[in-house]
Amino acid sequence: MLRRMKASRIALLVTLLLAAIGLALLSRDETGDAEPELPTLHRGLSSDPESIDPHKARSVQAAEVLRDIGEGLVAYSATGELVGAAAESWSISDDGLNYTFKIRPEARWSNGDAVTAEHFVFSMRRLVDPATAAFYAQAIAAIVNAEAIIASEMAPSDLGVEVIENNALVITLERPTPYLLSLLTHPSTFPVHPGSVAEHGTAFTRPENLLSNGAYTLDAWEPGSVLKLSRNEQYWNNAETSIEAVNYHVLTQEMTELNRYRAGEIDVTGSIPPDSFEQVREQYGDEMHIAPYLGVYYYGYNLTKPPFAGNSALRQALSMAIDRETLVEKVTGRGEAPAYSWVPPGVDNYDPRRLSYADMTQDERNAAARRLYRDAGYNEDRPAQFELRYNTSDTQQRIALAVQSMWRDVLGVETTLINEEFQVLLANMREAEITQVFRSSWIGDYNDAHTFLSILQTGSPANMPRFANDEYDDLMRRAAEQTDPLARRLYLEEAERVLLGEHAVIPLYFFVSKHLVSPRVQGWGDNVLDYHYSQHLSLATD
Amino acid sequence: MSAVGRTWRRVRQNRVIVISGGLLTAVVFIAVIGPMVSPNDYLQTDFGNILQSPSFAGMHLFGTDDLGRDLFVRTLLGVQVTIIVALVASAVSLVIGVLYGAVAGFAGGRVDAIMMRFVDTLYALPFIFFVILLMVAFERNFFLIFVAIGAVNWLDMARIVRGQTLSLREREFVQAAQLTGVSFARIILRHIAPNLIGMVVVYVTLTIPQAILVESFLSFLGLGIQEPQTSLGALIDAGVNQMEGALWMLLIPATLLALILLCFNFIGDALRDVFDSRRSR
Amino acid sequence: MLRYALLRLLGAIPTLLLVIVLAFLMVHAAPGGPFDDERVLPPEIEANIAQAYQLDQPLPKQFFNYMSGLLRGDMGPSYRYRDHTVSELIGNAFPVSLKLGAMAMLLAVVVGVGTGTLAALRKDSLLDRLVMTLAMTGISIPVFVIAPVLVLLFAVKLQWLPAGWSGSEGAARFLLPAISLALPQIAYIARLTRASMIDVLSSDFVRTARAQGLGTQAIVRFHALKPAMLPVLSYMGPAIAAILTGSVVVEEIFGIPGLGQFFVRGALNRDYTLVLGIVVFYATLVILLNLVVDILYGVIDPRIRQR
Repeated sequence: MLRRMKASRIALLVTLLLAAIGLALLSRDETGDAEPELPTLHRGLSSDPESIDPHKARSVQAAEVLRDIGEGLVAYSATGELVGAAAESWSISDDGLNYTFKIRPEARWSNGDAVTAEHFVFSMRRLVDPATAAFYAQAIAAIVNAEAIIASEMAPSDLGVEVIENNALVITLERPTPYLLSLLTHPSTFPVHPGSVAEHGTAFTRPENLLSNGAYTLDAWEPGSVLKLSRNEQYWNNAETSIEAVNYHVLTQEMTELNRYRAGEIDVTGSIPPDSFEQVREQYGDEMHIAPYLGVYYYGYNLTKPPFAGNSALRQALSMAIDRETLVEKVTGRGEAPAYSWVPPGVDNYDPRRLSYADMTQDERNAAARRLYRDAGYNEDRPAQFELRYNTSDTQQRIALAVQSMWRDVLGVETTLINEEFQVLLANMREAEITQVFRSSWIGDYNDAHTFLSILQTGSPANMPRFANDEYDDLMRRAAEQTDPLARRLYLEEAERVLLGEHAVIPLYFFVSKHLVSPRVQGWGDNVLDYHYSQHLSLATD
Repeated sequence: MSAVGRTWRRVRQNRVIVISGGLLTAVVFIAVIGPMVSPNDYLQTDFGNILQSPSFAGMHLFGTDDLGRDLFVRTLLGVQVTIIVALVASAVSLVIGVLYGAVAGFAGGRVDAIMMRFVDTLYALPFIFFVILLMVAFERNFFLIFVAIGAVNWLDMARIVRGQTLSLREREFVQAAQLTGVSFARIILRHIAPNLIGMVVVYVTLTIPQAILVESFLSFLGLGIQEPQTSLGALIDAGVNQMEGALWMLLIPATLLALILLCFNFIGDALRDVFDSRRSR
Repeated sequence: MLRYALLRLLGAIPTLLLVIVLAFLMVHAAPGGPFDDERVLPPEIEANIAQAYQLDQPLPKQFFNYMSGLLRGDMGPSYRYRDHTVSELIGNAFPVSLKLGAMAMLLAVVVGVGTGTLAALRKDSLLDRLVMTLAMTGISIPVFVIAPVLVLLFAVKLQWLPAGWSGSEGAARFLLPAISLALPQIAYIARLTRASMIDVLSSDFVRTARAQGLGTQAIVRFHALKPAMLPVLSYMGPAIAAILTGSVVVEEIFGIPGLGQFFVRGALNRDYTLVLGIVVFYATLVILLNLVVDILYGVIDPRIRQR
């Protein structure tokens, strides 16, 4: 008893000790100096960037921050047009294989150094260098020797980019790539300062070392919490930058982000929670920005195994039995558009093909679906049975439940829902052994139909359904050879028609970007790539 | 009347135990009968009727959720799942804890010291971390949830059992058994275990609420029970998101959860009183 | 004395090792890897990354690499936060979790004991019943319900306190999270204190003191409080554990960059080094604390040292 008392006393002592340390720490640096705060834009970010090194980042969130602190050869203007950024002008050879960019003479790094063509060459070589282990190295796969370098068969210095006189560089391509300019707005092609990399090694990304050639510099990064940016005075277009400072708040929970927006702590949210959508629309209707986004949400079939291998009637039946309108209105309900194509609307120079039954009513589709279902060899006594896999998330769950319900009600299909953690689902999809129907999506990397159609070519690593159709591959190959944009477009559209005819996938809806933008933020322009450079925005002064 | 009989009578006469026990039984009863009686099932979605408040229309006594599914049946099924998880998890920690504690207490000396040192270290390790790792490593297998929660909860049980075993070991009847050559295992089973039952029972009623809360935490993190199955924790988590638009989605499962937890807590406290005063006699 | 301490320390090492091995195996047993993503990487790039992070080596070799790094004090780079090392992340996250926990603990003890005592003194009054009812709700409502309700009320509607953590610098941002964390413990401690205090207040020596004319306040302070605290003291251990468990959820809800959040993120992202680092860190901390307790113990009671 005595011993127990002493032990308890000691436990209390230790507890109080820890509490005292904790509170001492608390009072020391939590008193917060009353530093006059610059007018700051507060943006919500749904996860930390993996890295602020443009070659080591990959996520959409990282790209958002990188677009503020860096700049590539070209960029999008506030109205969504492709304009020169670090490059003041460019020219393309007739065969479409050589792009010459003239670097802007007034382009500067945040330490005053000029941005030169050499910096871009250095950076692109670094991107494909196997030692960098860059996620997006294949973004510039079209450049001569890029793929060989990535596979360690050639040296980075063999990359088809070269400096020429007058601070210009030439990019030589293996094959004509009409979407190259759009690709060059992607942060993986942004330059890094060679001197800085040489001097600091991997520590060149630390906020105190990082040099920026974009509108803002990175002042601080508290992982899991916030990234603080402030104006880069040396930026060539600094005179046009209105906002002094930008804070990106890392908020992984959508509800938390919404609460902070409502409390006035965030000016722009990265998303809107699906469960509160109606309430948000009622309360903040004018502040909501919903716009088409370059992404498609789909259910894929595993085409290498039964019951879907070789059974296009079943595949079509299932696709028809889904009421996409109800799905987007009631289940996802955030302004998404039902998808009857593979390529989303709004893509440059492209007119998506549509599924044959896009114009039928749902009742007509259901009837046709039932016929096809029977043709496929199934009926009430012998229902189709398979597994539907999706990753843990409220939205995916709701959609899966809804689709399961629709298939059961219309056709009598027995679907087993399997909710897997994202990593697990990914692993399963890649192996394509146990998957049957699975949920997936694809977000475009650049504004061209190719980014959507290319992933379903035979052998593409992102070809989760394992679609392998000779006609499709052939059409895609021919499209890649065209220099005439119109001819290329016709081949691509034909390829999409083949894809849709085979019902290799069930496109469900097209993504939308959803943001809450506070009325005090001006200059917000919705666009299909969801690029919102902070330098195009301004804060209304009260 | 035997000691067991006396104890049982005291339990029966304790008002708190009777009322709490009665409530729990009622809840379980409704949870089992309800879904059988209701015309709805837990799967059926109905997009024309989402987020309906409770009413008699369509027998949606607890309303519908954001997919139009009947909440009456879903909630009751959630109660079933929650209680099963709690019971099995407690059973797991019971078995592991009692065995471990009894062995340590009985062996004494260095074996005991080592075993308890291990427990001491594990004790303050954030067990939630290991549960999370377990769930992540083994893909949220339904069965595994019980094992995971139970396996990290056995420490308290082991400690108590070991303490009791140590003191019992010194008692005459055990020493007598040892002298007459009864085997180690037999001594534990026939002599020590029955004396532990009191403590153990109290303990189980207190670990059950813990297990329930851990399961609800896991559901919050997305690592708990999988759809379309549900638990009270999962229902509450979904309810929190609809708090402003459909308050019943939160209130009903939260109230039920609170009720269940409270009943177990009350029973545990009362049992502790019963057994404590029995021992001190 | 020193020998005693050293022996204890040595005894702890096998446990630590076991914990590390267990965590290592569990984290690698999970399907998927740290660099998997829907944007599936071409095989050459995957190979490059695997090589850069030594993920292409057999598991025992990876373990060996990790352990040798650990012995040098290097917990490795984080796989997910490619610009930061695990030591750095933990170094930033631990003080945050500590502050949060400390505040919650303090609130729990002070408010818990205070209300429990008050309730005991005014036993069976309205106040008593009110306090006890609140206590009951605190125990039976999960923290991920309490926190959003508090945020909705105090941050969104009333705007008295910050809704999140990254928006301000002061101590105010800890308040809502700490209260959310502390509430279940306040409830528990209040109940414990009340029950214990009632016992003590009806005991002989208190009745004697009252008969001698001592006022209630004096009685409580000088005679009743200490013995009544006994059950609360015993509860300290479980209280810390409960706050730790709750912190995982609270940090997630408020966006607080503490160890709990990093751990969950790490586990879900398969950030092996981060997860292992946190486990090792905690295990070491706990072992050191136990050691300190043991030594204090040995100081107080020399008999133990001879065991």
